[in-house]
Amino acid sequence: MLKARVIVTLKNGVLDPQGKAIEGALGGLGFEGVDHVRQGKVFDLQLDTEDRAAAETQLKAMCEKLLANTVIEDYIINVT
Amino acid sequence: MKSAIIQLPGLNRDRDMIAALTKISGHAPHLVWQTETALPDVDLVVIPGGFSYGDYLRCGAIGARMPVMRAVAEKAAQGVMVMGVCNGFQILLEAGLLPGALMRNASLKFVCREVKLRVENANTAFTRFYQPGQIIRCPVAHHDGNYFADEAVLKRIEGEGQVLFRYAEGTNPNGSMNDIAGIVSESGNVLGLMPHPENLIETAHGGDDGRALFESVLGKAA
Repeated sequence: MLKARVIVTLKNGVLDPQGKAIEGALGGLGFEGVDHVRQGKVFDLQLDTEDRAAAETQLKAMCEKLLANTVIEDYIINVT
Repeated sequence: MKSAIIQLPGLNRDRDMIAALTKISGHAPHLVWQTETALPDVDLVVIPGGFSYGDYLRCGAIGARMPVMRAVAEKAAQGVMVMGVCNGFQILLEAGLLPGALMRNASLKFVCREVKLRVENANTAFTRFYQPGQIIRCPVAHHDGNYFADEAVLKRIEGEGQVLFRYAEGTNPNGSMNDIAGIVSESGNVLGLMPHPENLIETAHGGDDGRALFESVLGKAA
């Protein structure tokens, strides 16, 4: 059994209105000097395999097919 | 002419679309559930608006991966007319049938109001009954209508006349790049648009500016 975490974030240069709103809220709460807040998504998955390479291949396919929209998003895969 | 409407859990504008297609074509559309792997022999396939799968993950993302969408892609490749409105547009983008993506409105607010649209290209099967440059009224109701495409794609669709509808100056409700409200595929037979023309097809609606869109595409397919 392998555990994996996939992090999906908006690509650089893609406007992130939610990140902007969070940035504004942090400023409003008195946290100064916070800049470039970007919001993303985290997916934790459990895979019924011990084969890391196979798991990574499968996770990449999952990201390309569903978890990320590669027009606007990047993804990072961590297998532990 | 024959049409079909795709039904997915969470799509809620199908009744309006059925009414519009029935009224203008004189025939009730086929209703096709998401698990179907083949579509009936039709001239037009419509994906209506709503919130397929609650917009979980991303708007339209899960709906776009349902079996019926493979059948829609096959029809599109055969040249059958395909139209996606609002969530239907989001689904067509997620399915890769149109270029770009729709993101959260720049205001972060759900926008439900009337906007003005400019018909940018009246030389298509979807817009031939409009005048080029014509300003029409159309309602919008969405949270994720902020059109995004990278520079190369944007340049290509602008250059090829694939932008059919643009929010008229000062009425962009969502922050869309280049005020884009509706685009057509390179092949010209797949249309996606955020506003709801099906809600403005007769004077009882307060206007019938959306009617010419249906008459254009239904006439072509008749």
